[in-house]
Amino acid sequence: MNKICPSLEEAVAGISDGMSVMIGGFGGAGAPIELIHALVDRYKKTGSPANITVINNNAGNGAVGIAAMIYAGMVAKMVCSFPRSSDPKAFTDRYLAGEIGLELVPQGTLAERIRAGGAGIPAFYTPSSYGTDVADGKPVEEFDGKHYVRERWLKADVAILKAETADSKGNLTYRKAARNFSPLMAMAATTTIVQASRIVEPGQIDPEQVITPGIFVNQIVEVPNPAQEEALLREETK
Amino acid sequence: MSAKLTNAQIAWRAAQDLPDGAYVNLGIGFPEMIAKFKPEGREVTYHTENGILDFGEAPPAGSEDWDLINAGKKAVTLNPGASFFHHADSFAMVRGGHLDVAVLGAYEIAENGDLANWSTGPGSVPAVGGAMDLVHGAKQVWVVTDHVTKKGQPKLVERCSLPLTGVGCVTRIYTSLAVIDVVDKHFVLRDKLPGMSLEELQAVTGAKLHIDGDIADLNVPEV
Repeated sequence: MNKICPSLEEAVAGISDGMSVMIGGFGGAGAPIELIHALVDRYKKTGSPANITVINNNAGNGAVGIAAMIYAGMVAKMVCSFPRSSDPKAFTDRYLAGEIGLELVPQGTLAERIRAGGAGIPAFYTPSSYGTDVADGKPVEEFDGKHYVRERWLKADVAILKAETADSKGNLTYRKAARNFSPLMAMAATTTIVQASRIVEPGQIDPEQVITPGIFVNQIVEVPNPAQEEALLREETK
Repeated sequence: MSAKLTNAQIAWRAAQDLPDGAYVNLGIGFPEMIAKFKPEGREVTYHTENGILDFGEAPPAGSEDWDLINAGKKAVTLNPGASFFHHADSFAMVRGGHLDVAVLGAYEIAENGDLANWSTGPGSVPAVGGAMDLVHGAKQVWVVTDHVTKKGQPKLVERCSLPLTGVGCVTRIYTSLAVIDVVDKHFVLRDKLPGMSLEELQAVTGAKLHIDGDIADLNVPEV
């Protein structure tokens, strides 16, 4: 079994119009910049994939990564918890103009919905958002004297993620706090595409150290010395 | 009105109440200042939503690692014994009752413990982050805030007028004028600035301040 994909272009070739795409990362930590820009480049050349729903904690910063997708005009809707950043102009302008949709999800609910999607749990109850506008229209139930809101699982057609080390079977490790949503998204997408700083032979990652088991991963592409979104932004604004 | 505490002084006062051995989440912005004033000899472990337990101070400028950040996307360092985990585990710590204290900022707090701190209403981009999760599950939910708005309106009110973050969730409030507990849907005054009368404090508070035992002087050093 070899999940190695030779190029970024081939890795994102199967992503088509109208798909939902989970993108790993919290702010710049864990953002798969090279995979995102392979997608943006394809859209600019061919007009596809258009009308993408992006699932991420945030909604882009500056003009790289998810913000570049929004500026390119390929994002129809964001599902996120915090669409603000040091430079949120890409999303804010389009949102206030009514040109991009927003589903605002509390951060822990977003994580758990994605986990549930990957774990085959169609709905669950959480105390988060009870009694707030975010819970409008959602079923509420009382357990042991406390109120909880029912939330649905969240799945996607594709996840694009950044890992530190992958083996050819798709086992992954991450770097520091760049892990965040990625292990959950890897489970919840029909197709999980990963860029890794290095790809090794099976057996070269200690099984005790594997964070995402290869069963959740479909394609891996090696991107040595990947760009880091926050570092790019700081370069830009210098 | 008499003098009031600075944000740093409010943070200092809240820090004095951090329990030894506590697991604590400090909200982004103002609450983060509390870490600077942790009393000597007390061990506190900080949690951040994006998957770190036991992070430390910011690194020196120029040596940041942008894969090592807190929920406010600021660079941090690790203390010995730190750990990484994914977002579902991180919020299991939050909702599962494993944190001892969560500290947040506020637009409004109602006497029944309702908190409004995420939306100022229509016309802006709504952003909630982890606040709606943090207010549920932590054993104590503290708020640090100015006592009144920039326009001088009370932030402590009978009922919140802004969109709620959580219902009946706040347990203690540290303001620029006082320390107040929420007990059985009432504000109970614990500390107040010594130069301020109860009547003066009540006049800038939008709901009744109840008295239960002694009121301590809110004495805070220059920090």
